[in-house]
Amino acid sequence: MNIFVLLKRTFDTEEKIAIANGAINEEGAEFIINPYDEYAVEEAIQIRDQHGGEVTVVTVGNEEAEKQLRTALAMGADKAVLINTEEDVEVSDQFTTAKILAEYLKDKEADIILAGNVAIDNGSGQVGPRVADLLDIPYVTTITNLEISGETVTVVRDVEGDSETIETQLPVLVTAQQGLNEPRYPSLPGIMKAKKKPLEELEIDDLDLDEDDVEAKTKVVEIFLPPSKEAGRVLEGELNEQVQELVSLLHKEAKVI
Amino acid sequence: MGKKVTVLGEVRDGALRNVSFEGVAAARTIAEDGEVVAVLLGAEVKGLAEELIASGADRAVVVENEKLAEYTSDGFAQAFLAVIEQEQPDAIIAGHTALGKDLSPKIASKLGSGLISDAVKVEVEGGNVVFTRPIYSGKAFEKKIVTDGVIFATIRPNNIQPLGKDDARTGDVSELTVEIKDLRTIVREVAKKATQGVDLSEAKIIVAGGRGVKSEDGFKPLQELADLLGGAVGASRGACDAEYCDYSLQIGQTGKVVTPDLYIACGISGAIQHLAGMSNSKVIVAINKDPEANIFNVADYGIVGDLFEVVPMLVEEFKSLLVEA
Repeated sequence: MNIFVLLKRTFDTEEKIAIANGAINEEGAEFIINPYDEYAVEEAIQIRDQHGGEVTVVTVGNEEAEKQLRTALAMGADKAVLINTEEDVEVSDQFTTAKILAEYLKDKEADIILAGNVAIDNGSGQVGPRVADLLDIPYVTTITNLEISGETVTVVRDVEGDSETIETQLPVLVTAQQGLNEPRYPSLPGIMKAKKKPLEELEIDDLDLDEDDVEAKTKVVEIFLPPSKEAGRVLEGELNEQVQELVSLLHKEAKVI
Repeated sequence: MGKKVTVLGEVRDGALRNVSFEGVAAARTIAEDGEVVAVLLGAEVKGLAEELIASGADRAVVVENEKLAEYTSDGFAQAFLAVIEQEQPDAIIAGHTALGKDLSPKIASKLGSGLISDAVKVEVEGGNVVFTRPIYSGKAFEKKIVTDGVIFATIRPNNIQPLGKDDARTGDVSELTVEIKDLRTIVREVAKKATQGVDLSEAKIIVAGGRGVKSEDGFKPLQELADLLGGAVGASRGACDAEYCDYSLQIGQTGKVVTPDLYIACGISGAIQHLAGMSNSKVIVAINKDPEANIFNVADYGIVGDLFEVVPMLVEEFKSLLVEA
């Protein structure tokens, strides 16, 4: 089984967000594998352990992302690919990333491609379906279970709380939802082994793409922080009086009931 | 100059979802003096077209086909692309729902268009259609425009005010026949487990529990309060990790981002990841035993106390209020 995982390096969920010079300030921030992509890495490893084959983790970004790729290798992935766009791509969006990934994947004969259903930074959830469309393979998003039997793939998809059981065929792209599995922590031997595993670095030039081919189709015109929320009123008095007051406030002052 | 905007109406359990009317309102803003064309795709959906027209659409195009009874990306993409091909819109709006999130990137890819996902606001500024959307789960926001292809966005439920309904409004409802073929995914089974029909992402009122609910049973009083208020139950990651509830209820940076009118946080400490998912709610109530809990920093109203005492009292108090009303 030829298994690929699309991975993104993102801000740690603990990070507060600050803006400097009209952009998100990355200085000093901790970075992690996008949590939804961790589920994809874990699932890929489990598929390989069950069906054999190889797991390749791919990211589009800059050389800083090597750290997250090594973490995926330490979890158990076999190979990693960093498509470094730092030199060539000034402004990118989901089209840009999808186009680059699809160009990379098009001759790889992937049986299954896994990704997170959304990245916690930009939060668009577009890249997975866009890659599948460019490769002309089916996709299923937000999956919570996956079984492969021969060429048949049966997945359970989370649809806003309902779950759909969907049948499809390899090759397929799926995006992971929380609950798919419990991602493992890299073990110490895993970390040692990861240092020797192959990590290939490419530029878009190696994919016969130039900057115009991947030009973003959207543009950010402004980034801002939401007004900080003022702490409100903590009610006082006997508990039953507080409850009465709260209901009255919600009804008369906030007018939400 | 006015624009032609198509807006995808979304049907769930035989009725239009609220986000469809919000989509019509967004489309109206973009269209200015142009035309808003509602689109309905499904096995039996034509009867709902009038409601979209009453809500501000100028006319509707309906594709009915047995193969559209269940959503599949292939089936819906073929139908929607056929409508887009016929209508040649300047802009497309869909909901940022499970369906819209799954379908829209494929459509954008097919059209070679940019796509702005999860918009909470749409404005026309100096000839540009500008969408505001949260990034980092609402820790920041960005304003964005589409620079290539059709103007295309999905809108987050509960953020754009629908236009009032006017049943006197009339408009043409036309049918388009589309042959749906080569479906590569097949829906075998749908298991409903959502709470009493109120979807978390569209709920106006959410009662959420954290580790403080202590058990699966601990969610019962929260469910009772949510049912009474016509709301939905949500949870923090702590409660999900402790297996008190299903991950589909999780609100936060991983999980759902919600913006209800009223968010009642019960036994939730208020980790930064949870706040990212709910702090843009209009009114926040915190109930927590710990007066130092972070959740009080974002709450409009707080009660320091045991949720198992406070929530049942709230149920009684709301009941008497609702009886009076």
